[in-house]
Amino acid sequence: MSKNLRWKLLVILGVVALAVFAFYPPGQKVRLGLDLKGGVHMVLRVQTDDALRLLTEGTADQLREQLRTAGLTGVTATATGTTTFTVTGVPPEQDAVFRSALSTVELSYDRSSSGPGSYTFEMKPNITVDNRESTVNQALQTIERRVNELGVAEPIVARHSAADQILVQLPGVTDVNRAKEIIRSTALLELRLVEQGPFPDENGARQAYGGNVPPDIQILPGRVEAVAPGQPAGAVYYALRRVPAVTGRDLRSASPQLDEYNRPAVGFSFNSEGAQKFGAFTSANIGRQLAVVLDGRVQTAPRIESRIDYEGRITGTFSSQEAADLALTLRSGALPASLTYLEERTVGPSLGAASIRAGVTAAAGGLLIVVLFLLFYYKLAGLNALTSIVVNLIILLGLMAYLGATMTLPGIAGFILTIGMGVDSNVLIFERIKEELATARGVKQAVAAGFDRVFLTILDTHVASLIAAAFLFQFGTGPIRGFATTLTIGLLSNVFTAVFVSRTMFELVLSRRQVAKLSI
Amino acid sequence: MRIFDNPNYNFIQWRWHAIALSVVVILAGFGMMVTRGLPLGIDFSGGTIVVLKFQQPVGEDALRRSLDAVPGEKVVQQFGDAGANEWLVRLPEITTEEGASLEQGARAVVDAVTKANLGQFEVISQEIVGPVIGADLQRKGIYATLASIVGITIYIGIRFRFAFAIGAIAATLHDILVTLAFLTFFGYDLSLNIVAAILTITGYSVNDTIVIFDRVRENLRSKRRESLETVVNTSVNQTLSRTLITAGTTFMAVLSLYLFGGEVLEGFAFTMLVGIVSGTYSTVFIAAAIAILLSGKQAQGRTQTARKAS
Repeated sequence: MSKNLRWKLLVILGVVALAVFAFYPPGQKVRLGLDLKGGVHMVLRVQTDDALRLLTEGTADQLREQLRTAGLTGVTATATGTTTFTVTGVPPEQDAVFRSALSTVELSYDRSSSGPGSYTFEMKPNITVDNRESTVNQALQTIERRVNELGVAEPIVARHSAADQILVQLPGVTDVNRAKEIIRSTALLELRLVEQGPFPDENGARQAYGGNVPPDIQILPGRVEAVAPGQPAGAVYYALRRVPAVTGRDLRSASPQLDEYNRPAVGFSFNSEGAQKFGAFTSANIGRQLAVVLDGRVQTAPRIESRIDYEGRITGTFSSQEAADLALTLRSGALPASLTYLEERTVGPSLGAASIRAGVTAAAGGLLIVVLFLLFYYKLAGLNALTSIVVNLIILLGLMAYLGATMTLPGIAGFILTIGMGVDSNVLIFERIKEELATARGVKQAVAAGFDRVFLTILDTHVASLIAAAFLFQFGTGPIRGFATTLTIGLLSNVFTAVFVSRTMFELVLSRRQVAKLSI
Repeated sequence: MRIFDNPNYNFIQWRWHAIALSVVVILAGFGMMVTRGLPLGIDFSGGTIVVLKFQQPVGEDALRRSLDAVPGEKVVQQFGDAGANEWLVRLPEITTEEGASLEQGARAVVDAVTKANLGQFEVISQEIVGPVIGADLQRKGIYATLASIVGITIYIGIRFRFAFAIGAIAATLHDILVTLAFLTFFGYDLSLNIVAAILTITGYSVNDTIVIFDRVRENLRSKRRESLETVVNTSVNQTLSRTLITAGTTFMAVLSLYLFGGEVLEGFAFTMLVGIVSGTYSTVFIAAAIAILLSGKQAQGRTQTARKAS
């Protein structure tokens, strides 16, 4: 055996060993996609307008407070859109005071005059973009925390194509509705002081202020529990201080508990900053009612008996599962904006398993037919083709495992196409060798000429297919991408196996003895 | 063993018949697409698909009747083998995009079937695609196809000559159109999986064409005396065994996918089957013919120089 040949064989063995090492054991190292494993795929849209509106309202509230402390009473500041608010009633003689109060607001808002003493503020375009971006990022992080708490193996939470879309994939999740509820609930916890209430309806609450609710008061719905079983739980309304004493941001932890009647409830505790705020707030308001507001709904409104520093509890009519889920969402923090579902695909585990069975059976059947044909038609050279197909598959599996690519049904289809391309390369070479043999040269020369002449063709076909695969990966989504991934990997390993491995095998046979006739 | 010993069929002579046949198939497909509309799957049109698995056999009519309460035009189909008691229910696009209402359709189906008391069942798969995503996927599918075609054209244009690139692309477009026509004839919905299959065909067809063009390029160097037509015809004949063996083996592998690959892969495999046949045919008849037509002047030039030389 020549030195050159030995070196080539070593390279082949090395590559095969590396590939086997990369994917062994396949049960653990080859990742299965949702269509094979079962699970749920969702695309959510973050309603960034929500967050912008909250921000604008907050800025308007703050400005009003600031102006009031500066002595400008009678000035109103109200949000008029998601990114705009107007200020009216600025007395002309105090315009200078007004302007000096604007220093922070004008960092993010453009001001324009809209009549004597009134101004319109609009969020600057770049600030709007930044805020939308950070809202989506915050939502992404919150969803990530929630998904991790759900204990799903290998979840995917990532930005999706459009700027405000998030892709969530949860393999192996069976209770899809629960997972969706947990991901979607805003879980904004606020503790606010009750000014008046409860009232039986919203109008009653308004009437308490003479029909003109002041800007720092907000009316929110709550619920009273059914007095007797079978009776519907009625709605009540509270008039609450608009600015919360503490919010979910100050929470340290939350966990499901049982209340004094042994009903499921959620206990929470504050971090040190939250405890300080809450302690001061409760000691100043002993005897008054405190509303626990979750996502704009009053859950309970207990009376403050004494100073509370660290802990609180949300009671209501929860099942123990609901209490556990609420604790989970509170722990993971509130979403900065609400979410809507744009797409949802659920594959049950039984269908996934059936798909794997069908896909593998079909692939194995297809492979068997092709191999039988090659052995029948090309005789011993068919063995050569078979070897390069097997090596090709090993390298493909190894690279998939190494790159962490996911195996999906279209991916299996890509596998099959790769086998097809591999067979095609072998057929091209063998047919060419036959042609060269017919022109009555030696066997060695015919093999060498066959490989040399066909190499360019194989290169051209593979590069053209790679170009197509690259665009598929770039512009495609979901299944198309899975297909493009296996196809690309397959094409690369194919050039190696069809040209290098196959040729080395021919050379190995031809180097041993004088071959007068080739079995092809 | 060889399939052909020195084949010498005059393929180029039949090019006009071939082009006529293709045009007829494509026009018939277009006619059907225009009258019935290209059937879009929910990936592109948006909508809801729920697959239900019953524990005991359920009559199709009973299932249909139970769904009368669900609004919209529904499609009810058997899913998988007849004995599996699996049924697919498809609902049209949802018009609203508001949070919970996206899954309204799926819930309504489950409620209606539960109410009709058709026996124990479970939802084994559920797909809901909102209109925003549908439009997005549609756009991306078209981009992916066009971009890969342009990319391949440029590559062939660089490696061979411009007329060849046009021939290859004409053959590829031909295959895409023929496949779309057959999908319409057989009532398959255009889904993401099927687009992946169509793109595979693009690659396959170009692959086939390049193999022949490569041989043409080689022969143009060695057979300087013959006309382009003859050279192309010789090249097609020389590569004929390879063309048929490759097409045959790929066809068998995909046939196995079609027969045993299960419901999910069926559409994909069908598309590939049509594409393989069309791709092989177009390589032999369409690509070469168009390459010759477009090289017309050069080809004449060649013959004249050949005459002068003799």
